[in-house]
Amino acid sequence: MNRHLISAGDLTRDDALLILDTADELAQISDRPIKKLPTLRGRTVVNLFFEDSTRTRISFEAAAKRLSADVINFSAKGSSVAKGESLKDTALTLEAMGADAVIVRHSASGAPQRLAGWVRGTVVNAGDGSHEHPTQALLDSFTIRRHFGRSASSRAAGAGAGDGALDGLRVTIVGDVLHSRVARSNVLLLHTLGAEVTLVAPPTLLPVAVGSWPCSVSYDFDAALPKSDVVMMLRVQQERMNAAYFPSVREYSRRYGLDAARMAQLPDQAIVMHPGPMNRGVEIAAEVADSARSTIVEQVANGVSVRMAVLYLLLGGAEGDS
Amino acid sequence: MPAVNPAPGHPELASGPAPAQTPAPAGDPRPASDPSSASSPAPAGRKIVLEPEEIRRALTRIAHEILERTDGGAGVVLLGIPTRGVPLARRLAERIEQVEGRPIPHGSLDITMYRDDLRLRPARALGRTEVPAGGIDGGIVVLVDDVLYSGRTVRAALDALNDLGRPRAVQLAVLIDRGHRELPVRPDYVGKNLPTSKQEVVRVMLAEVDGEDAVLLGRADSGGRE
Repeated sequence: MNRHLISAGDLTRDDALLILDTADELAQISDRPIKKLPTLRGRTVVNLFFEDSTRTRISFEAAAKRLSADVINFSAKGSSVAKGESLKDTALTLEAMGADAVIVRHSASGAPQRLAGWVRGTVVNAGDGSHEHPTQALLDSFTIRRHFGRSASSRAAGAGAGDGALDGLRVTIVGDVLHSRVARSNVLLLHTLGAEVTLVAPPTLLPVAVGSWPCSVSYDFDAALPKSDVVMMLRVQQERMNAAYFPSVREYSRRYGLDAARMAQLPDQAIVMHPGPMNRGVEIAAEVADSARSTIVEQVANGVSVRMAVLYLLLGGAEGDS
Repeated sequence: MPAVNPAPGHPELASGPAPAQTPAPAGDPRPASDPSSASSPAPAGRKIVLEPEEIRRALTRIAHEILERTDGGAGVVLLGIPTRGVPLARRLAERIEQVEGRPIPHGSLDITMYRDDLRLRPARALGRTEVPAGGIDGGIVVLVDDVLYSGRTVRAALDALNDLGRPRAVQLAVLIDRGHRELPVRPDYVGKNLPTSKQEVVRVMLAEVDGEDAVLLGRADSGGRE
């Protein structure tokens, strides 16, 4: 594995499976009275968040603390960034404090990549602009694996076959692909793991280069529903929209929102995912979000296990190249 | 516990190939290979110190010792340390069940996250931890491993147990005790005491993992794990 986790595309199939299998074991910790392992004792993990986040920051913080690392939270508000400090100067400050890992979220695509060149520690991308969010993709694959009996524990029980990848599963990703780092990371990782990915969105919300992505594209949500094992709804990112990408929220919701009628078109075993935060009533109806098929709350819980696995595999071993 | 430390040399197990060998040339206490002594083929540079039959007898004896020292196995939970401690724990549980006629809870305890040498090597994959449904609180946990060497694995296992619950007592069963302890750790049940030098490698092979049962002793440069 690389020393940093910047892009889901950097992960080989074996890397991804190692992370997911490790997360399977670490998920047991959540059920124990003592939710703590001594593995990263004495290591310092910095949460460097230039953009608002609730679940990702808390998830990384919980993951690092369960591995006994020291956690320093840094948010741009109320820091020297508000006084105009550059990313590089901030990075050098963290470096001087001896950060072993920097978890970075930034509104600029590519910021984690730049940061990796400035600090000695490990850099984990927690979302950069509309580029990538690799740990979200990992936790989504982890959730899919569990629901389709391909996790390490179900394989040990003899239930599932294979190496735990997602070969043959059909995943449909719906909505604001253009602004979604979650979509890009998921397409890359799901493809690596053997799933068939279909993107469904209005043409205005697809990136120009989508033709080069390893997935198919459709503009017709209803046609894709019966052929989906997993439907992943994306948030409409109004805050990144500086133009009119669709006529009205209501029309978007009618054509690309997942409501109960559309959910009924899904195969019996299919699950509904959403990376959060949700716009209930826009891309997903409340009754769908709260239905038994929805894995939305579970995704959050799985996020801690997956991030523990990432931190352990990046920080737990010897320093330097393996 | 009475002083029943299984001191070197269980007579019934000391009849491996080693004594049958012709005296080695002076100055080389470890013949690299001895084709006349092995009944099944051992890799070059290794010799078989326990045959499948001897492994079977050693486990049967350990099973009986566990029953003796725990008053019939009441409250016993067998936890194997991955990789090869896990099938050993399962075999011991099967033998105890044959004798006592009731199932003995058994499982596995991965100690990777508690190792003291994590930062000396690249991060490694985790093994499985499966604690029996009844838990370990108040029970007698018997840790099971294939080879006891430095004692550091057992130290890590004790830490891991501490996070899982509070057993009434913890005991240690190993198939091979090869000496060279670096921590104050002593096994309660030993399949075979095997005097070794630190340059040697003891390799335990079990049918569940390796396709066949054998314990091999070889030089460090002939591969295998400690």
